[in-house]
This record gives sequence, structure tokens and C-alpha cells, in this order.
Amino acid sequence: MTSGENASTLPEMNASTYAKPYRPFSYVLLIFALVLIGSSIFMAQFSFQQEFQILKDVSLGAISIFTSLLAIVATARLLPQDMEDRILYTILAKPVPRFEYVLGKIAGVLLLLGISTLVMGAAFLLVLFFREQAVLHATVRQMSGAPPDQVADALRVVRSSAFNLDIFPGMVIIYLKACLLAALTLFVSTFATSNIFTVVVMAFIYFIGHLQATAREYWLQEHGSGLIARIFFAVLTLIFPDLQAFNLVDDIVAGTAISLALFTKTAVLGVFYTTIYTLLAAFVFYGKEL
Amino acid sequence: MSRGLIALAVLMVVGVVKLPLERNLAALHRQEHFLGVEFNLDLREKIGQLGFMAALSGFRAIVADALFIQAYAAWENTEWGRMLLLFRHVTTLQPRVMLFWDTAAWHMAWNASVAAMNDQKQPRLALRVKAQREYFALGKDFLERGIKNNPDRPDLYEALARLYKEKYKDHERASEYYAKASVLPEARTFDRRFSAYELSYCEGREREAYERLLSLYNEGEKERLPTLIKRLKFLEEKLAIPQEERVPDKLNKIVK
Repeated sequence: MTSGENASTLPEMNASTYAKPYRPFSYVLLIFALVLIGSSIFMAQFSFQQEFQILKDVSLGAISIFTSLLAIVATARLLPQDMEDRILYTILAKPVPRFEYVLGKIAGVLLLLGISTLVMGAAFLLVLFFREQAVLHATVRQMSGAPPDQVADALRVVRSSAFNLDIFPGMVIIYLKACLLAALTLFVSTFATSNIFTVVVMAFIYFIGHLQATAREYWLQEHGSGLIARIFFAVLTLIFPDLQAFNLVDDIVAGTAISLALFTKTAVLGVFYTTIYTLLAAFVFYGKEL
Repeated sequence: MSRGLIALAVLMVVGVVKLPLERNLAALHRQEHFLGVEFNLDLREKIGQLGFMAALSGFRAIVADALFIQAYAAWENTEWGRMLLLFRHVTTLQPRVMLFWDTAAWHMAWNASVAAMNDQKQPRLALRVKAQREYFALGKDFLERGIKNNPDRPDLYEALARLYKEKYKDHERASEYYAKASVLPEARTFDRRFSAYELSYCEGREREAYERLLSLYNEGEKERLPTLIKRLKFLEEKLAIPQEERVPDKLNKIVK
């Protein structure tokens, strides 16, 4: 096989992977749009600070839920579907290394996740912008007789409650968490017997991953517990990823500034996990009997 | 099968490698006020199994918002006890959101306290006053705990100063909290001024208040607001400041 053949197969694999989970992707976007519209109508009775707070919490929470769900559901069906449709055998009959096949699959899912995060993020920012403009106009109208510095002060308060630049790194972290989950799902699906099994296992891993930090602190700091409990916590800590480390948007919306060091370290951890799980998926897939 | 075992072993080795990185990141989170909520049995009892699971799974903000909306409904139905419990859960889940602490304190110290004072079912004034004072204390407690969780932001210091001023009529404490707010990074320009205004009402601290107000006045036209001049005039009279040292009134005339 030549390097030219290698270079051409990866984008093809990527494109076929991207096209397959199109249906769940469109459902996710539809539900997200309904959540956004529903929440903005419902929140008309709150003050603007409360409205912006809830809008940001619900929207970013929904982006996080939907990207995580999409990462698990879309990736879980990739390998079983290809095997069921016999596409896998056709591809692997050609001079395509299995590693490249796995890489193509994960690249397609990561692209899909990137697009969905971008689309949902853009929809959220658009709604936030329109609500901010509406509140700004209402404030200007209500304060028409007030001194200019008081009006400027009031407008500054509205703007600071609505938009926060740290939302962008927050969304990147949400995307990285989804990438990690996609790579882990691919790894699980290499030894799973069906996509339902993969989804169920991933649901457990999702919950355990959010408890991993607690288990880690317990293992490393609590010296009074028994040996079996300590071994259990050690295994949990070492095997599962710390998903709680990626839940930064709650505090970002609350106004906590994300430093460059924190963003970089979280991003490095996300990329590290994604790479490791992809490599492990490729390793197990190499030994899989087809 | 053997590949699966090797993969598991690799995961364990990778786990050892990532451990310092994860611990370092957790320390950085604590340092920068991220993920400050402790998930324990107490919190689970407060918010229920389902809410606890949702909060654990990274949807802490959404659970807090749902409880906040319930608290809003409780306020509309004047269910003060239920509202208090809900706000306690909300602030436990989202300790970095100023709005929740501030709203909780406002409902307790302003709305619930007034409702308690106007309670038609309680004929004894002493008990109505007692209930009112208890709601003031609950509002104060929310703000003090909010400040403990957010010592770096001025909003709750300002709210506590307002509470001391309007509910307890304690101008000394109000001045102290406005002063604390004024030295924080995002402080409003009025904090310094309000601290001096409140001090001007305190018996025995007139000289200090006068010096602070005068220093603000000397900063220029922007600080020469009607209330500042009024309080300055009051203190000039009280401290018997010589006529030539007094500030001109709004019409640039020396007050005789």
C-alpha cells in the first residue's frame, strides 16, 4: 500500500462516519431549539438577571447533555452497524489498515460533534444576543429622563449579566468532554457484542466518571477505611476518567473567570484521554476476529 | 481476550501517569473557585436522590435553576418556609451565583419579614416583631454565607450593608460593609461614597466621616453630589467647622 492510498482513504472513512449518525444529530438540534425557545418564553416573568442566568445555565447544560448523548449514541452504533451492513468487510478487504479504519471512524464522530457544538453554541448566542438587545432597549426607554452616567451604568449591568467571554472556553471544554466520551465509547464498542450493551456500559461509565474525583480523594486521603475499600477506590481512580474536571460551565455562568492555566490543563487532559482511548480501541480492534 | 487484558493493564498504567495531572487540576479548581460543591449525604437528603444524581452528573446548574423556579412559585404563594428550604438547596448547589444569595436574602429580610409583621392571624405585636426579626436574621445569614463563599466580589457586601442600613438601622455596620465592598476589584463607584454617608450618621465618628466626605469632595465635580454636600453641611454644623474652611453649597455660596 502506498502513502497516497493511505491519505485518500481517511477522508472517505471520515465522510461515511459523518453521514451515518445524521438522524440523531438532527433530532438533537431540533430538541435543543425547542429547549431554547421554550425556556426564553417561560422566563419572561423573571427579572433580566434571573432570565439571563437561567437561559445560560439551561442552554449550556443542554449543549453538554446533547453533545455527550450524541457522542455515546452515534459512536456506539458505528462498528456494529458496519459489521451488520457488511461494509466493514468490504473496507478491510482493501489495503486499509485497521488502525486507519478506527482513526477514520473517530475523526468522523469528532467532526460531527464539532459541528453540533458549533450549531448549538451559535443558536444559544443568538438567543442570548436578542434577549440582551430587548432588555437594553427596554432599559433605555425606562431611563429616558435619567442622567447619561446612570443610563450608562444600567446598560453596563445588563451587558455584564448577559454576555461573558469565558463562555467560549467553556464550550470548548464541553466539546472536549464529548470527544473523550466518543473515544471511550469506540474503545468499549471494540469488545462489545451489541450497540445497546455499549450504550448501557457508557451510561455507567458516565456516572462513575463523575464520581471518580470523589473516589480519588477518598483513596488518597482517607486512611481509616479497609483494604478492600481502598483497592476498590484505587481501581476506580486508575481506570475511569475524571469527568467532573470538565464541568466548568456551571461556575463560568456564575461569573468565575477561567484562567489560561486551568483551560490549558483541562484541554490537555481531554486530548490525552481521547488519544489514549482511540489508541486502545485500535489495539483491541486489531485482535478482533471478523 | 489477551488483548483486552493488555488494554486493561495499559489503562492502569495510564491511570498512574494521569493521577498527578488530575490532582493538580483539582487543586487548581479549588484555588480558582471551580467545583466548590461538596457532594455528601447531607446534600443528597436536601435535594433528593434524582436531583443529587443529576447534580453529580454535571447538571448542577440546571438542578439549581429548577429549584430556584420552585422557590419563585413558593414566593408567589407566600409559602415562606418552603421558600427558605428551597433557597438553601439552591445556594448549596450554586454557591458562586451572587443572584441566588442576594434574592434569597431579599425575600427573607424584605418580603417575608413584612408579611410576618402584617400577619393578621397573629394578634400579639411582640410575636409579630419577633417573627420579623427572625426573617431579618435569615436574610443576614444568607448574605454572610454568600460572602464566605464569594469573598472576592462586592455585590453581597453591598447587599449586607443595605440590610444593616434599612432593616437594623445599624449605620456603623452598613458603613463597614460598604467600605469592604469598595476595596474589591469590581466595586461600584458609589461604595466609597455610601460608606462615608453611613458613617456620618454614627454618633462619635463624625470627625472621621467629615474627613472622608471632604476627601471625596476634593476629588472633583464628579463626587460633589447633592447628598454628599448635604451630609458634609450637616457635619460642618455639628463639628462647628470654621466658616472659611467650609465647602461652598451647590450654588457656590459660602453657607452662613
